[in-house]
Amino acid sequence: MINQSNKVLNTNITKLVNKTYQYGFSTSIEKDIIEKGLNEETVKLISKKKKEPKFLLEFRLKAYKKWKQMNEPEWAYLKFPQIDYQDIIYYSAPKSKKKLKDLSEVDPELLATFEKLGISLTEQKRLSNVAIDAVFDSVSIATTFQEELNKCGVIFSSISEAVHDYPELIQKYLGSVVPIGDNYFAALNSAVFTDGSFCYIPQDTICPLDLSTYFRINDEKSGQFERTLIVAEKNSQVNYLEGCTAPQYDTNQLHAAVVELIALENANIKYSTVQNWYSGDEFGSGGVYNFVTKRGICAGANSKISWTQVETGSSITWKYPSCILMGDNSQGEFYSVALTNNYQQADTGTKMIHIGKNTRSRIISKGISAGKSKNSYRGLVSINNKALGARNYSQCDSLLIGNLSNANTFPFISVQNSTTKIEHEASTSKIGEEQIFYFLQRGICLEKAVELMISGFCREIFTKLPLEFAAEADKLLTLKLEGSVG
Amino acid sequence: MNLNSPLLEIKDLEVSINDNEILKKLNLKINKGEIHAIMGPNGSGKSTFSKVLAGHPAYSILNGDIIFKGSSILELDPEERSHLGIFLAFQYPIEVPGVSNEDFLRLAYNSKQKFYNKPEVDPIEFLTIINEKLQLVNMSPLFLSRNVNEGFSGGEKKRNEILQMILLDSELSILDETDSGLDIDALKIISNGINNFMNPNKSIILITHYQRLLDYINPTYVHVMQNGKIIKTGSAELAKELENKGYEWLTR
Repeated sequence: MINQSNKVLNTNITKLVNKTYQYGFSTSIEKDIIEKGLNEETVKLISKKKKEPKFLLEFRLKAYKKWKQMNEPEWAYLKFPQIDYQDIIYYSAPKSKKKLKDLSEVDPELLATFEKLGISLTEQKRLSNVAIDAVFDSVSIATTFQEELNKCGVIFSSISEAVHDYPELIQKYLGSVVPIGDNYFAALNSAVFTDGSFCYIPQDTICPLDLSTYFRINDEKSGQFERTLIVAEKNSQVNYLEGCTAPQYDTNQLHAAVVELIALENANIKYSTVQNWYSGDEFGSGGVYNFVTKRGICAGANSKISWTQVETGSSITWKYPSCILMGDNSQGEFYSVALTNNYQQADTGTKMIHIGKNTRSRIISKGISAGKSKNSYRGLVSINNKALGARNYSQCDSLLIGNLSNANTFPFISVQNSTTKIEHEASTSKIGEEQIFYFLQRGICLEKAVELMISGFCREIFTKLPLEFAAEADKLLTLKLEGSVG
Repeated sequence: MNLNSPLLEIKDLEVSINDNEILKKLNLKINKGEIHAIMGPNGSGKSTFSKVLAGHPAYSILNGDIIFKGSSILELDPEERSHLGIFLAFQYPIEVPGVSNEDFLRLAYNSKQKFYNKPEVDPIEFLTIINEKLQLVNMSPLFLSRNVNEGFSGGEKKRNEILQMILLDSELSILDETDSGLDIDALKIISNGINNFMNPNKSIILITHYQRLLDYINPTYVHVMQNGKIIKTGSAELAKELENKGYEWLTR
């Protein structure tokens, strides 16, 4: 009885999930490229092209040496062919003749690309309350609302610009949360990172706009290695949003980013991501390899860092946005929805490192797996012997769609004092044929049924997203699952 | 459609699942205004029959036809059959975590509205509609905010099914063991709901093991199903006879 109904169910599910990727186009534009391959010369050349100060070149070279000695991590529940690091372009930038003074000088082709992605960089159509830094392959194209932000002392610029304009801040904080030798991909990024965003919120300031970076991979052979650094001074507050897309190629692109957040006393950083890199086709060919190191440190007392992520893209996701809770009474949060379909693989979760007293952390992870995908939650809650009165609450829920998908949970908890309180809850549920038949019998079509069940499953996370993002995330998940259930 | 033609006509229906033949040349005619009780031992094919009527994708139709309102529905999807007026009250109503009963009911209601090109109702209008129906099955409005069937008692689940039947105002309702697992009070409430719902334009198929339900709902016919076909048809008296004698005497 089971076989036959599964067949029916899976064909319908497949129909629903396999909606074409609407951001799969690529832009043809004249590029400045460093020949593919990676050696010390490449690193020097990147630094030279970007006219970087000496400290940064040294930072890169040190990282490169570390990386050479390291091996790709193998502990994740992911399977993929060996990545040939010599077959990747490490620097690819749209050619421009001179330094841009304002947006009107940006190549119209690029503006059109972002327009097509729904990101308007031109003055008239900008999102009214979000400042955007648009990164195309290796280079930041434009940052909106910079002047307005400057008025209240907020620095929001591409990291390349920041290196020149605020070298002392960069030198002080770059690599302070994710050391260059932290892991294989962080070391690689530290050696070759090309651009990304830098945000600095001065003391006693609530950032008046949401800050947002939009990452776009365009080149087929190029990797994207961006670096984001956010520093929130005492009593400051910022909301940061990150979005990503890539064209549809049948080869794999490597994306290895590093994000560092620093929250000083009483500061509050909220970091949200909607990741929609191209995830490969229904046969598992193509897609982005997404190896990302994201970490924040609550350095000051009463500070707070909150990660919210909706991961729907990439053929491989390897990502653990983490919080180091140093300051007393500091708080870390991790809210995640990870959706995998077809042959996508995700190994994602968080680390909450409790060091200060009365530190609190909260982890809510929702994994949805459809098709033949693998979706794993991997988490570490570590309570130091000095973190007296620390508390953690973790909840990991998995939702399976169809019979060929896979969900795993690997929670790791280490507690070194007896005044700690830790709770962990986990559940696995399934959108099965009988549930769907129930909806259908009541006249509710398949798409609506799945939409309702998925959005019910993710509700807790979506309420944590900024409003514009929440609507987008809801739509995105439904779109991604179109054809997949039934 | 011819006014005299039956609402539902099953012709020589043969159904299998995974090469296992469950229904074997089943024939049945149901006219508007009739209540048909189907009884029979476990495994005789009653639940299969109800699911096949609703269009469950797991079953293969080998032979025969199902005519509803004058035309065959074999090619129709479950949701189309639902829109046309076929309702199945499930023997084991499904729990749907994360989805509120209110959203579920409204979506079902609006899907039908949309199918008939009628305006969809907003959540506030819907509350007025649903509150009135809730009273018919003696349910508190509080249960609208609970997730569909999640943590419902057996009785609440069955009442929820009847509520949906009333809401969707279906013409042919198949109640698959709606009486099982109910205490006397719940049975009375549900029977009342069904009796008030019934009118000369509707038909009901009651699948049941117990004559008890038929004390409250008066069937036009009682059928005995065994081995995938109907082996005996009679009046309400037949149910009483079965209660006393069991099924064995029918096959001797």
